[in-house]
Amino acid sequence: MRRTVSADAIRLAIPALSLAILLGAVFWLQPRAMSYIGLNLLFNLAVPIALATIAQMLIMSVNDLDLAMGTFVSFVACVTATFLSEEPFFGVLILAGAVAVYAMLGVVIHLRNLPSIVVSLGMSFVWAGLAVLLLPAPGGQAPEWVRTVMTMKPPVAPMAIVASVVIAVVAHFIVMRSSLGVLIRGVGGNQRSVERAGWSVLAARAAAYALAGVFAVLAGISLVGLTTSADANIALRYTLLSIAGVILGGGEFIGGRISPIGAVIGALTLTLAGSFLSFLRISPDWQIGAQGAILIIVLALRLLLNRLENRDKRR
Amino acid sequence: MPKAIIDVADVKVSFGAVKALDGVSLAIMPGECVGLVGHNGAGKSTIVSVINGGLSPHQGTILGEGELIARFGINAARARGVRCVFQELSLCPNLTVLENTRILHRHLGGLGWRKRAKQVIERSLDTMFPGHGIASDRIVGDLSIAERQMVEIAMAFSDGGIPPRLIILDEPTSSLDASLAEQMLAHVLRFVASGGSVILISHILHEIITTASRIVVMKDGRIVAERPAEAWTENGLVEAMGSVVKGEAHRRAIRDLAEAPVVVEQIGHGIPFRAKRGEIVGLAGLAGHGQTDMLMKLHASSGADWLPRRDPAVTFVAGDRRLNGVFELWSILKNFSVASLGDLASRGVVNADAEVQRAGEWKQRIEIRTPNMANRMLSLSGGNQQKVLFARALATRAPVVLMDDPMRGVDVGTKQEVYEIIRQEAAHGRTFVWYSTEMEEVCLCDRVYVFREGAIVAELAGDAVTEENILASSFTGVAA
Repeated sequence: MRRTVSADAIRLAIPALSLAILLGAVFWLQPRAMSYIGLNLLFNLAVPIALATIAQMLIMSVNDLDLAMGTFVSFVACVTATFLSEEPFFGVLILAGAVAVYAMLGVVIHLRNLPSIVVSLGMSFVWAGLAVLLLPAPGGQAPEWVRTVMTMKPPVAPMAIVASVVIAVVAHFIVMRSSLGVLIRGVGGNQRSVERAGWSVLAARAAAYALAGVFAVLAGISLVGLTTSADANIALRYTLLSIAGVILGGGEFIGGRISPIGAVIGALTLTLAGSFLSFLRISPDWQIGAQGAILIIVLALRLLLNRLENRDKRR
Repeated sequence: MPKAIIDVADVKVSFGAVKALDGVSLAIMPGECVGLVGHNGAGKSTIVSVINGGLSPHQGTILGEGELIARFGINAARARGVRCVFQELSLCPNLTVLENTRILHRHLGGLGWRKRAKQVIERSLDTMFPGHGIASDRIVGDLSIAERQMVEIAMAFSDGGIPPRLIILDEPTSSLDASLAEQMLAHVLRFVASGGSVILISHILHEIITTASRIVVMKDGRIVAERPAEAWTENGLVEAMGSVVKGEAHRRAIRDLAEAPVVVEQIGHGIPFRAKRGEIVGLAGLAGHGQTDMLMKLHASSGADWLPRRDPAVTFVAGDRRLNGVFELWSILKNFSVASLGDLASRGVVNADAEVQRAGEWKQRIEIRTPNMANRMLSLSGGNQQKVLFARALATRAPVVLMDDPMRGVDVGTKQEVYEIIRQEAAHGRTFVWYSTEMEEVCLCDRVYVFREGAIVAELAGDAVTEENILASSFTGVAA
């Protein structure tokens, strides 16, 4: 019998390895980062990015892509900083409505056979407009409880690390262990076979979108918890960061091949890459380019390993 | 007398002008294995889709246990224990074996489903293929093709709440080696002996004769013969699948091409493939036995890898128009000229007048029925779209035309027109490599290669190109 340490293990090994190497490099450049506070500062902003990455991953698991992730998280941040802190009941209602809209998008995309890229690109303008209506200028205030949760100081490991682990475990349970997760990934892998087994692909896709909506809402709330106030453009980068995080973590654009743990690691790696470049004293003008270079290196590494793996299989 | 598990009566299904099923009645009794044979387009897959609920017939009734089922669909079929193993892979390649089991068995849900799914699939695999060595936590995409097929078959026979009662096996042994195939067929016999029913479709006739209790032969959407298995021989089956040779009216004149030079060649396992200048070479055999692969190989070996060539060596007419033939949003004119833009352009700019003129010539020559070539491609009927694709290929200067079953779903009138054009072009020295699933078309070719299991098993030329010979080679693997 062949060992079952299969493609999946290798898929997870690469993002984990890249994170370890980056972390090592950061510690070497700045030994003071190797502390409770240091780690928290390094990974603080990774928490909302990790949540948004999980949301994107859910959409990608049914072979779709969400280009509205950034504006949606910004919108949620604006709702959190205004309604959720002033009139919590209304705020919760709005956020629940937003999740329902996500589920609806899944339904529409499936029924009308629309390309998700086009639909979500259109929706990104809707969310951006709503965010500007809520907060024309930066402002608002984080609800007290959100602030408390995000600045908690748990023993042993800092909040950022604890939160990332919790996110990874919860997402892993939903996506990889539960029946619903199997069904959603099944739609990504072979929609016809899911249909032939008598399931409703429509319901599965709607569920995937709704779950994505929930994670994106959590991303927006946690972001405000860290920044204390919001802005209509606060999370625009998240669209591409979340896609990059999924891919970096071993996911694929099509075929339902995703890994929630990998996605969280991918998000952490992306956040760390920014800090690493700052420690290298690379000017912010060059940082985006350098971040891209890191991405390309990691992905090239994965391509190389995939090829080796395929060669083994053919033998 | 026991009642039939599923009884379809006088079922008719048509796709456009094509009658896929023309009044088929078939009753499957408990404890019998029905063998189903027929050549391409006989309606085997369609009747299977009707029985498993994937396709609702346009006419006819479906009875289960003697009662009329008003709304028969996938879920109704599954609730009655109807399962299906399809010819192509129908598992999710990104999921593990037991996760696929979960997808198939809707009632396994709830806490601890992994343990139950593992039990269900492992029990079935262990009884069918002892010593299979497939761990149920492996991802299906990592399995070999034979292992996938074993999993798929075992999955159909597994019991996860609703016991299987009628299992449809569509070419189940195509990727299994002899000993695995034997294990599977032995299990089919055990299953039937214990009161289950099986519909077995296979191109390996002795498998059917030794396993089935009753054999049904289909042709052109009808059941043409039905007898107990003992009453059949392999030759008898082949004969029953064929028909009385239709009129010799449009048979080609036999041409002497012995002197003509060979223009394309592909040597693989089996008989080597060669086509001469001006020859119409047919690729026959059951669908999916390597004909399209051969066309792809021919295209890859004569096409350019990176840079487009000034003088194309081959051109391709796609069979699946929607998927890889038509640019849906473009006009008819653009759809026609896209393959020959190199000839119509000077210094990288397309000469619009020349383009319109060339399109006009071809419009007349093959009679594309449209008032204006600037109309949208989808304004044409399917047959006329296909004509445009032919014109696209023929308007290039490529001396070899590869055709991947291009006449699928085209009406009879258009077919005759296109046959005529192909004959003319061949007479002018063009070579055609023509994969067709229709016997009538294959019989138009000068020479025919019959494919079986990925290799060429027979070469028929001249008068030997007959329906009987082709059927005999594609089902038994030896040239008659």
